Amino acid sequence: MADWLQSFPTLDEGALRALKKSIDAGYRAFSRNYGDAIESFFDPLLYVLIWFERLLLGAPWWLVMGAVAGLCYASSRGVRLTVAVAVAFFVIGYLGMWDDTMRTLAIIFVATVLAIAIGIPLGIAMSRSNHVQAFMLPILDVMQTMPIFVYLIPVVMLFGLGKIPGLIAVVIYAVPPVIRLTNLGIRLVDREVLEAADAFGAGARQKLFGVQLPLALPNIMAGVNQTIMMALSMVVIASMIGVKGLGQPVLQAVTNQYFALGLFNGAAVVGLAIVFDRITQSYGRRIQAEREARS
Amino acid sequence: MTGADGIHIGGLYKVFGGGPASVMPLVRDGVTKQELLENHGHVLGLRDINLSIAPRSIQVVMGLSGCGKSTLVRHINRLIDPTEGEVWIDGEDVLALDRAALRHLRRHRISMVFQRFALFPHRTVMDNVGYGLAMQGVSRADRAERAGRWIERVGLAGYEDSYAHHLSGGMQQRVGLARALATDAEIMLMDEAFSALDPLIRSDMRTLLLELQKELHKTIVFVTHDLEEAIEIGDRIAILRDGGIVQNGDSQDIVLRPADDYIAEFIQGINRGRVVRVGSIMGPVESGLDGPDCSLDAYLEDALPVVARAPGNEARVVDADGAPVGAISLDRLIGAVSGNDPPREAR
Ligand SMILES: Nc1ncnc2c1ncn2[C@@H]1O[C@H](COP(=O)(O)OP(=O)(O)OP(=O)(O)O)[C@@H](O)[C@H]1O
Ligand SMILES: [Mg+2]
Repeated sequence: MADWLQSFPTLDEGALRALKKSIDAGYRAFSRNYGDAIESFFDPLLYVLIWFERLLLGAPWWLVMGAVAGLCYASSRGVRLTVAVAVAFFVIGYLGMWDDTMRTLAIIFVATVLAIAIGIPLGIAMSRSNHVQAFMLPILDVMQTMPIFVYLIPVVMLFGLGKIPGLIAVVIYAVPPVIRLTNLGIRLVDREVLEAADAFGAGARQKLFGVQLPLALPNIMAGVNQTIMMALSMVVIASMIGVKGLGQPVLQAVTNQYFALGLFNGAAVVGLAIVFDRITQSYGRRIQAEREARS
Repeated sequence: MTGADGIHIGGLYKVFGGGPASVMPLVRDGVTKQELLENHGHVLGLRDINLSIAPRSIQVVMGLSGCGKSTLVRHINRLIDPTEGEVWIDGEDVLALDRAALRHLRRHRISMVFQRFALFPHRTVMDNVGYGLAMQGVSRADRAERAGRWIERVGLAGYEDSYAHHLSGGMQQRVGLARALATDAEIMLMDEAFSALDPLIRSDMRTLLLELQKELHKTIVFVTHDLEEAIEIGDRIAILRDGGIVQNGDSQDIVLRPADDYIAEFIQGINRGRVVRVGSIMGPVESGLDGPDCSLDAYLEDALPVVARAPGNEARVVDADGAPVGAISLDRLIGAVSGNDPPREAR
């Protein structure tokens, strides 16, 4: 019987090694040649991130707490939720995790803003063309199913360890939901309402900003909510490539078997997640409720 | 057909599907809608539509569901592009307009009212009504003033700051109507504008529309599948079937001289006494009649008691100036009301 029927026909070892080597070498050459340029391209982002982190760390705790509570009230109009958020922050601070929480808050905030800034335009582009949608959907699928560590490798090769590679990894991981839900939200806008805009002579931009985006907003907010949740879930992994914050103590706790340390910091991440989730969701629900009384 | 005022549609075809041009020869040869769909995978939307709509008149487009009414009106403001044919408005070729000119046409000269209202749910009544004005570039203050006037005119004063979904269906369509009127466009397209409303509210809306029309004299294209509505509103009524116009005439033509069995069936249930006018069925002037007079424009129902009381059951028919123009007998009247009128047997 032929050999290839008995054992799986594989590329022979030498060739396989050569293939991997050449890919690695190619990428290494790329990062050697362009790494600095790309890194300096992201410098402004680094400044913003550092500036924001310093701002949060430098501000007195009660001011930060007041700001978060104010934001919460402004978006949800719920007193109970606002009080609960303030209490959660107080407990986090009381258990000695204030500084790490501020660092995590800073990177999550910047990552979310970045994800929105990238995601909404991409979602809009997808909603306008079936070709773009057909091209983007598989990419989004891959982004969401590819194990995180795999795309950490090229990012780290390019940028080394630090805040920027961490931020980029978080954004890549967290951006798909905003893109998907922006696309979906715009596509779900009532056809007749769009037709009315057309009939009154609205141009493409007037339709987008005056009708489509406002009507897609509840869906977009749901996407932002998921994006924040996914960014938070990346905190521990991002700490492996040098992002400071609540993730690092968790990592430390795993390697040293400090159960309480891991539990406290993990709980703080969960606390942040709940806070963000409630704020974005209740905002989404509020704008939705303003409209949906119709049915 | 160029150069004339009003809306002129000529040789208009619309075929939906992957390659409309490839099936056009078949369509021109008169393939049926069903055969086109089953054997060639295309939907026949409109077939050889020729229609001229006089300025300041109300043209009704009527027909059963799926016959192409919506498709036809959407060609007038080019929400749909034809497969073949022409559309002219006041001597301007609508199909030759570039994007900017088309936007200008839609902003300033044609407005539209939709069956399911199609209001903007995230805007207040005021901002809905002012939408067309915003598209025209009217300033916020002017908009508030002009939109406010129309809101009042349709009877919604006090609701300026409400969101549309807090209003009832009838009120929502008043918003839709005000939104269309606010732009001062001379042409208004109404696609089954009142079909989604309860009968009572519907008749209120018709009254409102006719009242407004007396002042505004717009060119209105009014789509409906309701014959009574068509007769009450339309100066002319075009009846569509499977994408083609079967008959286009005034209500008297349609009811007294239906072009074919399809239309005859359509008008079967109608109360002729309230539709047909004496002038449409009267006989020639007869001497020796001097009893009570009957107006040319009177509905048969209103003429009945007059003629019944007249000596010999026959009355003189007079025009608006009181000059005799014909005669009407009770027999003829009764025959016409029951549908067995002399001018032509309905079936
Ligand atoms: N975009 C489209 N693609 C394919 N077919 C279409 C499209 N729009 C309309 N049609 C078809 O064209 C025909 C006419 O549709 P149209 O909406 O004009 O009918 P209508 O008379 O307005 O009916 P209704 O009373 O239900 O509103 C129908 O058979 C419909 O299925
Ligand atoms: Mg229709």
